Amino acid sequence: MHELSITESLVSAILERVEGRVQTVTLVIGRLSGLVPDSVRFCFDVCTQGTRLEGAALDIIDIPGRVRCLTCDVELELPDTILLCTCGSANVDIVGGQELRIKNVEVMV
Amino acid sequence: MVTDLGGAQEHGDSDHGHPPDHGNDHPHSHGHDHPHDDGAAADPVRHVPDTRLVELEYDVLAKNDLLAARNRVWFEDRGILALNLMSSPGAGKTSLLERTIRDLSPELMLSVIEGDQETLLDAERIRATGCRVVQINTGSGCHLDADMLARGLRSLDPPSQSVVFIENVGNLVCPALFDLGERSKVVIMSVTEGDDKPLKYPHMFRAADVLLLNKLDLLPYVNFDVERCIGYARQINPGIEVLTVSATRGDDLDRWYDWLRHRVTAAA
Repeated sequence: MHELSITESLVSAILERVEGRVQTVTLVIGRLSGLVPDSVRFCFDVCTQGTRLEGAALDIIDIPGRVRCLTCDVELELPDTILLCTCGSANVDIVGGQELRIKNVEVMV
Repeated sequence: MVTDLGGAQEHGDSDHGHPPDHGNDHPHSHGHDHPHDDGAAADPVRHVPDTRLVELEYDVLAKNDLLAARNRVWFEDRGILALNLMSSPGAGKTSLLERTIRDLSPELMLSVIEGDQETLLDAERIRATGCRVVQINTGSGCHLDADMLARGLRSLDPPSQSVVFIENVGNLVCPALFDLGERSKVVIMSVTEGDDKPLKYPHMFRAADVLLLNKLDLLPYVNFDVERCIGYARQINPGIEVLTVSATRGDDLDRWYDWLRHRVTAAA
């Protein structure tokens, strides 16, 4: 459950960067990032207890995987997390979907 | 963990699982998809009290990646070859290390960082070979991170021009995400596991530079197709190097040792 330590680090990153009570946190989680959004939600509630983030809503923007096929030189969006071009080649470069980013936070003024 | 998940359900009856009394009436719920950055504060009904949006655009793994980069420089400055060994529990990481240390310690300086949730058992096995070793217990953590490794290295204090084996926590999921600053990632798998494991744990097999398939001596007793397994691994990671060995009987360990010697020369 790496989501726990990752969520801990994102909570402390927010606490270090913003003042005041946080109402909403928006994360960007790519489908190839290796993070399960539902686990992050669970950990977020645990990790924010007793902090200025307690009770904050968590929005997660989902980014599908994108690859460039090195066999047929086409870029495509993946329907799942399997790195396979429609031509059948697995020789692909990941060009999107590995994001794991705090986009923004909404804080009380 | 099962008990914990039950706890999540307990307050997951509301739309987004937060305690209901969080002192504001913001309209957000999990899974909604409207944007926040288009003048939301102009709506007095929806935002009491007023809020402001702070753009962070912060990469969550940035801190680990920074520390990993420091570790990498530290290794390079000393000509140390660091290898991150990962596998599911029981694939034979510690047995492989014991055998490797016995066979190679006359010619190479070797030391080990052992990662486990609890106990000093693996470190004691390594210490019995006469090799320098430090145990890191991660407690509830399921992987080593770059900061834990940096602390372990301070205590291990490996000599220049040596090899540091980092035996990660037995887990095919989480360790794949955390760069430690190693030169190469080695994933170890045994023939007593399913040959479809590369497809089931693609992150790990994609991240690895080498697949070391262990316990070849048990092949007659299990239903495991070596070629199929290698095919799956290359489907996930076309560039992955594959070595098949038996750490206990010694099959083909020379290929693993040659791979190591080659990397040691490159790192020095």
